[in-house]
Amino acid sequence: MTGENDPFVQLQQVTLTYGQGEKTVAALGETNLKIGKGDFVALVGPSGCGKSTILKLVTGLITASSGWVFVAGREVGAEPVRVGMAFQNPTMLPWLSIRDNVMLPLKIVPPFRQQFRAKRKTEFRDRADALLKQVGLAGFGDKFPWQLSGGMLQRASLCRALIHDPQLLMLDEPFGALDQFTREELWAIMQDLWMTRRPTVLLVTHDLKEAGYLANRVCVMRARPGRIVEDCHVDLPRPRTIEMTYEPGFVSLTQRLRELIVSARAPDAAKTEVPA
Amino acid sequence: MKAINRRRLQSAAVIIGFFLLWELICVVFHVKEIVLPRPSQILTTLWLQAPAIWPHTVQTLYTTLVGFGLGILTGVFLGVLIGSSRLAYDVGYPLLIGFSSIPKVAVVPIFVLWFGAGTVPAVLTAMIMSMFPIVVNVATGLATTEPELEDVMKALRATKLDILTNVGLPRAMPYFFASLKVSVTLAFVGTVIAETVASNRGIGNLMMIASSSFDVPLVFAGLLVLAVLGVGLYAIFSVIEGRVIGWAKRKDDFALG
Repeated sequence: MTGENDPFVQLQQVTLTYGQGEKTVAALGETNLKIGKGDFVALVGPSGCGKSTILKLVTGLITASSGWVFVAGREVGAEPVRVGMAFQNPTMLPWLSIRDNVMLPLKIVPPFRQQFRAKRKTEFRDRADALLKQVGLAGFGDKFPWQLSGGMLQRASLCRALIHDPQLLMLDEPFGALDQFTREELWAIMQDLWMTRRPTVLLVTHDLKEAGYLANRVCVMRARPGRIVEDCHVDLPRPRTIEMTYEPGFVSLTQRLRELIVSARAPDAAKTEVPA
Repeated sequence: MKAINRRRLQSAAVIIGFFLLWELICVVFHVKEIVLPRPSQILTTLWLQAPAIWPHTVQTLYTTLVGFGLGILTGVFLGVLIGSSRLAYDVGYPLLIGFSSIPKVAVVPIFVLWFGAGTVPAVLTAMIMSMFPIVVNVATGLATTEPELEDVMKALRATKLDILTNVGLPRAMPYFFASLKVSVTLAFVGTVIAETVASNRGIGNLMMIASSSFDVPLVFAGLLVLAVLGVGLYAIFSVIEGRVIGWAKRKDDFALG
């Protein structure tokens, strides 16, 4: 299931520091991480521990200070890997209808972009509508972003992240700003989307229940410098249900994760200086 | 619908009331025509002198529109350049602010020196006056793109041009239209300044000649023509704005269309 022998994403002795000279801040200490193709990995930890940094390294938005980031067997950026991203803020373009927002990646990413003019009113349109239907937004394609609620926008944002069949899906606290019920509903939708399409997913969250429910592996991180301190496998059958999250096995898992984060924070709180 | 009609009626009443008050004050205080003509006198002059005023009006409108058009082109070009490049921003902004601080009246003689008196200096003055707000607004619209949105685009391996056309420019549209409404009136100011200084045609020139012969009602008639032209163009751009960027105002009829 984890496919660690043939990783799709691999971080090898990666570090990241900001600033120069004496003012350097280590955002990410030496980090090693392997993610198998089609796996679902969650990164949890306190804020400022470099969760989002790992996401940005893997998508090539920032470059590592040292070490190597490999995606699809080659250094990041060398291989044209299709990437989808969704953030806490849905960042829909207000001048486009929901359907056009969802179709945006098709306009940008090859091989779709060459066909965009020809197929945007036929095949691509149906594709967007089908995806919107899957997340419960059937019939909302012609609406504009301001006419939808936050939860609905977040669903649309997931559609936009998935429309171009990404091999790699990056989720940066996409459910963070939603209420509990909407969140749980979207977890189920997310699991459904993952199971039908099987992209390699990297989810950043600070919700342990969310991490345990969605991911195959949960990586616990600590801050200053950010590093992965624990890598837990979640061996629950799929599709998982919200009821499962109340069972003893799941509760003890989240408790263990919680303790790991708290104990990772404890020695850190005493230290004021960043180790060089 | 009724509420809208009532609002329109009210604003029309206030505007007409302003002119009636003006008329009344002139009559009550016996204000001389040479100091401040009554609105009725201005309208009479406008009516009687219409054949003489008309060619000047056409000339001014033509000059303004050409200058404004050029102002939009150069303004958008410079705005995109400054808004999307750090270097251009650092170099361009101080230059631009310095340039726009220069009184445009002072520039007209230079244009006359280069191109001779007539339409060309007026077009250029209208252009440089209308350009500045467009540059600033387009640049601001581009520079304030959400970083997360840019991340989404970059993760899709979008080129700079992709980001500009799909995110930057549409985002800058409300800023652009806001600046157009300011710029179009500034273009009129530029035209009239140049016409006053160095031209033998246009409303500016007409007003110059009228004031030198103390024909104050004709001067005011010229002002009225300018005001009407300005309001007209402003209204046209407001309508276009509503059509193009209804999303920014969350207009429901935009959503349905």
